[in-house]
Amino acid sequence: MPAAETYLAKSADIAARTLGDETIIMSTLDSTIFMLNPTGTAIWEGADGTTPLSRILEDKVCAEFDVPFEQASTDARQFIDELAGHGILLVSDHPIPR
Amino acid sequence: MSLLDEMNQKATAQGIPLSAHLDITWRCNERCVHCYLDHDGKDEMSTDEIKAALRQLAECGTFFLVISGGEPLLRRDCFEILEYARELRFNVKLKTNAVMIGAKEAVRLKRLGIEQVQISIYSDRPEIHDAITKLPGSLRRSLEAIRHLKANRVKVSISNVLMKQNAANGKAVQRLAKEMGCEFGIDPIITPMLNGDWSIANLGISKQELEEVFRTEEFVGQVGEFCAPISTVDDDILDGHSCSAGHTLAYISPTGDVFPCVQFPMPCGSLREKSFRDIWYRSEELTELRSVKVRDLPTCSHCGHAAYCSRCPGLAYMEGSMRGPSSLDCAKSEARTGIPSAWQLSPGYSTSKLVQIRLV
Repeated sequence: MPAAETYLAKSADIAARTLGDETIIMSTLDSTIFMLNPTGTAIWEGADGTTPLSRILEDKVCAEFDVPFEQASTDARQFIDELAGHGILLVSDHPIPR
Repeated sequence: MSLLDEMNQKATAQGIPLSAHLDITWRCNERCVHCYLDHDGKDEMSTDEIKAALRQLAECGTFFLVISGGEPLLRRDCFEILEYARELRFNVKLKTNAVMIGAKEAVRLKRLGIEQVQISIYSDRPEIHDAITKLPGSLRRSLEAIRHLKANRVKVSISNVLMKQNAANGKAVQRLAKEMGCEFGIDPIITPMLNGDWSIANLGISKQELEEVFRTEEFVGQVGEFCAPISTVDDDILDGHSCSAGHTLAYISPTGDVFPCVQFPMPCGSLREKSFRDIWYRSEELTELRSVKVRDLPTCSHCGHAAYCSRCPGLAYMEGSMRGPSSLDCAKSEARTGIPSAWQLSPGYSTSKLVQIRLV
């Protein structure tokens, strides 16, 4: 049985702007600020609720930053957990409707 | 360095308009005696024009957005504009007198994720506040709105502009803000009207009262540190610029005209004729403003206050030159330190405004 996919979507409770290859995000719930680096920005931009995380990593991270999938996957998990913990990213094993 | 400082530094280096102030109307239901705007409502941008302006700002990298007026809630489409701004993921602050905010509006603002609502309160006494706003009952209504907002956990900041009428009320308003769980800010300077009329500056507090404000720990923190004359004016200061106006900050008027800042009435272009990107990156006025470093200022570069002076290039512009001194800021530096500025000591110094710029 294949591993369940992960889907990511941006929360509505944020302000965000991508400046060049970095992204600034502020939670409107607790005013926490995050600055995403280029790989974080790549994942963020792919977080449309319908593209599986594995595909975001393959297409946007591994291909563009020349990183092995395993490493990208491990790093992404930590990044996703942190943003999800602040309510900035929504995470599900099913596509997330807009 | 904080993330915000880092972001500002990057925006400055890359010429990104990180912050924008958008007045969606100059109409107002109050008539504050010190207001720097007229209340002309003609030729305001339509809803679609404002939405287009917001899209253009987002595309240029604007993150911090202040929506203000006039009284923004006088526009029937105010919530539609706020909603659209949040869809575009701006960090939105709303400046309002709040008299039109009731329970329902407070809930909507919370749901929209507005970062902060900024409300001017001039006194804890209705007879003083209402005399300044010229709207009977305005203090009661504004405070009621703040209660609704706080009940919905919306962040509120109370601003108090000090003038002759309320000079003694600063601490009382600060206490009120604390009791209501609001942030507090105080501004002891009355600035001229954007149309070049300086007469309202006469409402400003006296030199002695200004000195008292700057020596009040509740307002400035460590008084000794705040009022200490500083030190060396080094190359970092001389190669810097006065403020973020035109560098990372833009102002858009209700008619779609772009300026460096709300307090800097140098027209740089109209959104009805050009795109924001075109104006921001190609206007001669902004290019010139960005070229001005502290070392290029004929008087201020030699002034001992240069290291910490809050010189406003917009006020200087209204006095005749963006490279010139700003008398109101010279007065602030003198009140802080007891030391006159280079401009105040110069032979040409006069407190009357010889040149006035009028917005056309």
